[in-house]
Amino acid sequence: MLTAERLDIGYGARAVGRGLSLSVGPGDILCLLGPNGCGKTTLFRTLLGLLPPLGGTVMLGGIPLTAQRRAEIARRVAYVPQAHAPPFPYDAFEVVLMGRTARLGPFGQPGAADRAAAHAAMERLGIAELASRDYSRLSGGQRQLVLIARALAQEAPLIVMDEPTASLDFGNQAQVLAQIAALARGAKGSDQSVILSTHDPDQAFALGARVALMTDGRIDAQGPASDVLTGAALSRVYGLPVSVETTETGRKVCLPALGAGGQGG
Amino acid sequence: MGRGTSAELSRRPALSLPLTAALALLLAALAFGAVMIGPYGLSPGETLAALLGRGEVQAQIVVWNIRLQRVGAALLVGAALASAGATYQALFRNPLVSPDILGVSAGAGLGAVAGIFLSLPVAAIQAAAFAGGMAAVGVVTLVAALVRGADRTLTLVLIGVVIGALAGAATSLLKVLADPYDQLPAITFWLLGSLSSVTSADIRPALPMVLAGLVPLAALRWRINVLSLGDDEARALGVEAGRTRFVVIAAATLITASVTALAGVVGWVGLIIPHIARMLVGPGFGRLLPVSALIGAGYLLVVDTLARTLAQIEVPLGVLTAVIGAPFFVWLLARGRRGWS
Repeated sequence: MLTAERLDIGYGARAVGRGLSLSVGPGDILCLLGPNGCGKTTLFRTLLGLLPPLGGTVMLGGIPLTAQRRAEIARRVAYVPQAHAPPFPYDAFEVVLMGRTARLGPFGQPGAADRAAAHAAMERLGIAELASRDYSRLSGGQRQLVLIARALAQEAPLIVMDEPTASLDFGNQAQVLAQIAALARGAKGSDQSVILSTHDPDQAFALGARVALMTDGRIDAQGPASDVLTGAALSRVYGLPVSVETTETGRKVCLPALGAGGQGG
Repeated sequence: MGRGTSAELSRRPALSLPLTAALALLLAALAFGAVMIGPYGLSPGETLAALLGRGEVQAQIVVWNIRLQRVGAALLVGAALASAGATYQALFRNPLVSPDILGVSAGAGLGAVAGIFLSLPVAAIQAAAFAGGMAAVGVVTLVAALVRGADRTLTLVLIGVVIGALAGAATSLLKVLADPYDQLPAITFWLLGSLSSVTSADIRPALPMVLAGLVPLAALRWRINVLSLGDDEARALGVEAGRTRFVVIAAATLITASVTALAGVVGWVGLIIPHIARMLVGPGFGRLLPVSALIGAGYLLVVDTLARTLAQIEVPLGVLTAVIGAPFFVWLLARGRRGWS
């Protein structure tokens, strides 16, 4: 689906990351983990073709990203940005409907089939009742779900989510994560692939995702969550002692040491 | 959960078609009223007869040679400025943007003032105003393309401010150098905007250009919505943001420059009217554009009718739109977040 090889990323002359290689096949869930400023967002912008790579190549659907028009890219990969407030009070349904843009001609308007697809996407995430609500007045979690619905309406085989649970409160995080998990479970039987970034290694376990652990503009380790997310690896990347424990229900959780140790602050 | 019934979906959109039709009817009634009003007052019956080419000859002359041109010009200028304003606001993702954000008014002003300074004929002054407006925005987009800023939209707006200030400085210089008895009053009057001397010969070139600008805006109405989410998202949704924005800016600038050449600098219409339209039909550009145009046409018609009847002399349009627009804008702001976010 998507393959990046020896990718150098950054803005102009300033490189943020070097030699990044990763690949996502049909049905894959890839979770990108790493500390703030390690280059996750820059990598996403490069994978989406919003930022030209400084070196290396990105192949999307077997074709170099740089050789594709915006609409072609958008039919292959959908982007879920972090929940934001738009400048104008669109209905949530209108926001979801915008996911159909890549399937319309330059002068096209969304038709009945596009409206049906947008409705189906909202139904699938259980937010159909938000359709006529003012998007700019929804809660952060609801907005994030609307943006995920928009990505579903886009019907792209790959969805890229940039920290979908960042800046959400505890309940909203759980709600959004549950929907992503449902999406991921559905994805495993289908060709739907998802790449998401997160600050919370627990989420990688919860999603049963493949993990790419990023630090300092490099990919430190890549593989199944249980292989990559070891106490040692997390301690190395985040610079403080982390232990990975299994709860009574069998879920794995990552626990940073809270002791007033030598790491300072 | 599936309770999203069609009744629930009608927060606004279902009303937009009847509303648009009602606005069009209201506009026709306003236009008819404006044709009746003036120093040579006409009754509704006389007006109708004159429109149909019957009745008193003098009434027919007043209606056909004076009033209709003035009313038509007011409708055209109002509709054009409001449409351009709605476009610029969506494009620059900011409801406080007006059509002159990229310096079109400042450029048109400089062109017209230069024309008056050189004692050119009226048609040439209008052509100079149009060329000045288009050139100012052209320079802004060129310079912005050369500046490798992070935020394309912000770069454009800031360069627009810079070029607008430069054009304003050049205009001031010409005002200092102009003949204070003959040219300066003409310059001042032009910069305040007026339809007092408009003729059908002035409307004839402006009308097709406004229509030519509206066609791409109507055709791209869905993509303009998507562009208002910002560059990165619009591109991720499949829109060639740079190219689309260029076409939209060119169209909105063509519209603004055409009517500014006709009426002078008329402020506030393009800033205020899209707000009212957005309150009525929401931000979706496909509904916003026609409703903005209709309300803008009606608004400028009322203001221009006031301008020619309020006092013995013509009150400049720009003065009236500012006097009405400024408090209305403050009211909009005080009213809170409804209408934008």
